Amino acid sequence: MVQPLNYLKETPSQTAGPYVHIGLAPGAAGFDIYERELGWDIAGPNAEGERIRVEGLVIDGTGSPIKDVLLEAWQANAKGIYAHPEGGGEVEEGFRGWGRVITDFDTGEWGFDTIKPGKTPGRNGRIQAPHINLWVVARGINLGLNTRIYFEDEAEANAEDPVMNIIEWERRRATLLAKRSEKDGKVVYRFDIQLQGQDETVFFDV
Amino acid sequence: MPDQGEFYQRDRDWHPPAYVKEYKTSVARSPQYSLISLQNSVGEITGPVFGHNDIDPMDRDLIHNYATAGESAIGERIILHGRVLDENARPVPNTLVEIWQANAGGRYRHKKDTYLAPIDPNFGGCGRTITDENGYYYFRTVKPGAYPWRNYVNSWRPAHIHVSVFGSGFVQRLISQIYFEGDPLIPLCPIVKSIPNQEAINSLVAALDMNSTIPLDTIAYKFDIVLRGRRSTLFENRLEGN
Ligand SMILES: [Fe+2]
Repeated sequence: MVQPLNYLKETPSQTAGPYVHIGLAPGAAGFDIYERELGWDIAGPNAEGERIRVEGLVIDGTGSPIKDVLLEAWQANAKGIYAHPEGGGEVEEGFRGWGRVITDFDTGEWGFDTIKPGKTPGRNGRIQAPHINLWVVARGINLGLNTRIYFEDEAEANAEDPVMNIIEWERRRATLLAKRSEKDGKVVYRFDIQLQGQDETVFFDV
Repeated sequence: MPDQGEFYQRDRDWHPPAYVKEYKTSVARSPQYSLISLQNSVGEITGPVFGHNDIDPMDRDLIHNYATAGESAIGERIILHGRVLDENARPVPNTLVEIWQANAGGRYRHKKDTYLAPIDPNFGGCGRTITDENGYYYFRTVKPGAYPWRNYVNSWRPAHIHVSVFGSGFVQRLISQIYFEGDPLIPLCPIVKSIPNQEAINSLVAALDMNSTIPLDTIAYKFDIVLRGRRSTLFENRLEGN
């Protein structure tokens, strides 16, 4: 026998279930209980950088959009700084970098308004291309899924990105690229998430 | 020694796998390729910061936070309390804990829930709080009822409260479900059984805590939550490298 290490074990995950909205997005689900809903304003009014919208679907293995998903975004500001004591510096007043959205009950569409993040420091002095960290939970998802939204028009930075580069398959890297377009004078990035199939989105064990 | 390194790798054998045949909804919603392993960088070790301006002290009292003034939710009155700790057994202070649940009859206040048990006009079913400097949290609520769900023809969820916790880094983000000591439905539930390890299942069962009850008023259950722990920066494991 040896000495015990005495680490605790992490609380095991369970699915968020079909009624996740009640707890985490009651207002968005049409349920008026809290005075202040959390996560609806990622960037705030003072953030520098390009104002963008990111939207998409989450698609299951049958090819159908999932209509009970909750997504959370975590991103740096345009200078590549996260709003956190270890985030690399100061951010604009009101910039939180965190957002929470649900998919539409009828269409499965989700979307959030934010600013395009800047490049962030990676490990060992390398630079990471602009990206938004995304966490996806839903009924039938037993442990939240982590992925990253990269931007297709950042080809040069993406090519150098250390995380993109550990993905062996070019075809799979493409699942992390949000497609840029303009709608009513607004910049919109499309990011559909495929849970299964040949074009299954890359998910990370972080 | 402050913990400034990466978070410990998640023990994926302790958590439920993505694909669990007996939990039917997981079948078409489970990724099938391997996850890409990623070492932590700044976006993983940081996460949103919440403060007392974000919430109201009343938010933690589900017996009253949706009730008409002077009224309260129907059901067995309980205190749910405990600490949020990390794998190093250190408290996780100032972190957001959110819960949601069915009412005492097993019905959610949600337009997709059509179970015949009635809505309680005085019960919303969600609450939130921020842990104190010792990682401590508490809620007051009613014990939720069991409810049927469409998995097998005759499937019932054990009484449970859904819980969401943040921690300080986005990779600690966690959602789980809290069960109650003595519930005979626990070992029958395909969602519970998605967790492959009995010891891990036991860690989701809140214990009856007689010492924390309020005599003649409210019974208590204790539930500690453990989030991933971080390395201390002893030697060469600084994120930035040299
Ligand atoms: Fe539930």
